[in-house]
Amino acid sequence: MSSDWPHVQLHVVTGKGGTGKSTVAAALALGLASHGKNVLLCEVEGRQGIARMFDVDPLPYAETRVATGLALGEVRPGSVYALHIDAESALLEYLAMYYKLGRAGKALDRFGVVEFATTIAPGVRDVLLTGKVFEAVQRNSRNKGARQYDAVVLDAPPTGRITQFLNVSDQVAGLAKVGPIKHQADTMMTLFRSPRTAVHLVTLLEEMPVQETADGIADLRHARLPVGGIVVNLVRPQDLDPGELAAARSGELDRAAIAKDLDRAGVAVADDLVDGLLTEAAEHAERRALEDAQRRVVAGLDVPSYELPRLVGGVDLGRLYELAELLKEQGLA
Amino acid sequence: MRSVPRVGPLAASPTTAPVLDVDGLLDDPETRIIVCCGSGGVGKTTTSASLALRAAERGRKVVVLTIDPARRLAQSMGIDQLDNTPRPVQDVSGGSLDAMMLDMKRTFDEVVLAQASPEKAKQILENPFYIALSSSFAGTQEYMAMEKLGQLHREGGYDLIVVDTPPSRSALDFLDAPDRLSSFLDGRFIRLMLAPARGPAKLMTAGFGIITSALTKILGGQVLTDMQAFVAALDTVFGGFRQRAQQTYALLQAHGTAFLVVAAPEPDALREAAYFVERLSGDRMPLAGLIVNRATTEPPGELSAAGALAAVERLRAADDDGPTAGLLRLHADRARLVEREQQLRDRFSAAHPRVPTAVVPALAGDVHDLDGLREVGRLLAGA
Repeated sequence: MSSDWPHVQLHVVTGKGGTGKSTVAAALALGLASHGKNVLLCEVEGRQGIARMFDVDPLPYAETRVATGLALGEVRPGSVYALHIDAESALLEYLAMYYKLGRAGKALDRFGVVEFATTIAPGVRDVLLTGKVFEAVQRNSRNKGARQYDAVVLDAPPTGRITQFLNVSDQVAGLAKVGPIKHQADTMMTLFRSPRTAVHLVTLLEEMPVQETADGIADLRHARLPVGGIVVNLVRPQDLDPGELAAARSGELDRAAIAKDLDRAGVAVADDLVDGLLTEAAEHAERRALEDAQRRVVAGLDVPSYELPRLVGGVDLGRLYELAELLKEQGLA
Repeated sequence: MRSVPRVGPLAASPTTAPVLDVDGLLDDPETRIIVCCGSGGVGKTTTSASLALRAAERGRKVVVLTIDPARRLAQSMGIDQLDNTPRPVQDVSGGSLDAMMLDMKRTFDEVVLAQASPEKAKQILENPFYIALSSSFAGTQEYMAMEKLGQLHREGGYDLIVVDTPPSRSALDFLDAPDRLSSFLDGRFIRLMLAPARGPAKLMTAGFGIITSALTKILGGQVLTDMQAFVAALDTVFGGFRQRAQQTYALLQAHGTAFLVVAAPEPDALREAAYFVERLSGDRMPLAGLIVNRATTEPPGELSAAGALAAVERLRAADDDGPTAGLLRLHADRARLVEREQQLRDRFSAAHPRVPTAVVPALAGDVHDLDGLREVGRLLAGA
């Protein structure tokens, strides 16, 4: 299947804490690289989650090749590179790239200006992080010999903060009304607001994350930032069909038939086992009903949605490729 | 004495963490402050509210300070209005429960107003740097949560204060507040920024000219002027900030405070929990225990995951299309989840064997009313 987002160069992946946004970002990067493209996966929250997922050493502030993209069919997959962006390094790089400050650059660092700018001066941190992402998407002639990427995936801050994070013009507006910083923020905004960017939101089929996703979409639209897709993660197994689910909820599953099946399958049938299975089925059916209710809310948000299953054993590199394939089949990658 | 040395790992039984006595903690009149911390999405706000409600209904006079509750939960507690004032929660029996949602900017403004002369305060409150600092999220929220905690404690009026913390690793940034403020105040940058305001040329070192011209080039002159005004104005109130931060730090370390680390049985959440536990013990903060939310409950019956899947295979071979195969797959799935969560908890308790733990089974739905909070409280207490 072809991608729903063929013209997007910057995929921003956000989500409420605990929804698995980093996993989705990594799987998306692997999936995008299956088209033979080179993809850069960026993280900005200092957690070194990419290194853990791809089972490599902690990442430096340098684009590092971490994996080969998902291999499907005839196309030779591209590579996934990863970059761990920290504000201090981004600021020093920015100063070196634009101002050739030389001795003054070192003096700024020595005088604690770098520390001030990155830890205390508000908003500056976000602008530095997004600034580096911008530079990776739209390579600058000043960054000589830098690799060109076909797509950049950003493992972004959580849904509650994403609009503020990307809305760099607003962030610097209070601080700089004119001058070079203002100008650069506006250039970044042009990319972030263009169809070359898509902000995907990861959610679970639970009330709070879905509500937060709906709020996040409203905020993004209000800030004129392009909403991408909703990735519904950790979906429960679909082992029972609708008729069975209804019967499980109302307690109408045929107890005798199940006991007989178990016996035929060579399972020693004890009463508590059959009762246990029926209770599990009823609980499962109740949760599935709650999931379905939330799925309808997601559908009502009028944004393309994609689903990934809950993997019982957790996520390792092999599983990331499976998730990448699922995203590709559904058209996110 | 063993004559042959044992080789390889000992087949020891898995370490079981001591059980956290939640009711004992809530009932102890010496428990005056409970701070809940943990990564995002683990149910911290619900846990804080449930603990507060349970303590109240066991007879204590409680206030819960939440950061960002889900709308319906906030409504059910009557705190959907963000006015930075504790409001009584209705329909609580026994003791009493007040709840409030933190208004970060207002808390910050109050500190400035309390510390500075009216004229100076006005200058600070109107400075663009201050406005951005006091309303941006990173870092400020943590400080202000602790500032509010300090205020509530100083004012008295409650026997127990339960605090929810912002959902990030930086939730513990407030522990660094005194140090950070000190190093900021005494830092060269501040002296540099203050130099023109203070006038004397003795600070006009060779570095100074380079710095100001570099900053002007990057930021533009107006920004530099705003920044200097901001720093100069704050300089007068910073001493007060530092003192308050140190007081709050001492309050947190004191007997009567209990930190609870909240997690979910997932690798990332437990890794963060381990970080919190280590950080708290490093700062000699009184850690009361770990709460693991959303645990999968053990399925009844003796059937293992492997046994269930083998039976599924046999049913499939016999072309059976009834619901039994589905039930068995569900059972296998749950048994494997339980096993994995147990492994994750064992790994945590092996590294942190002395941390008392309470495991809370997952509920089918979201919690958004007092009855839901009561139910979570009951599960927390293992009652």
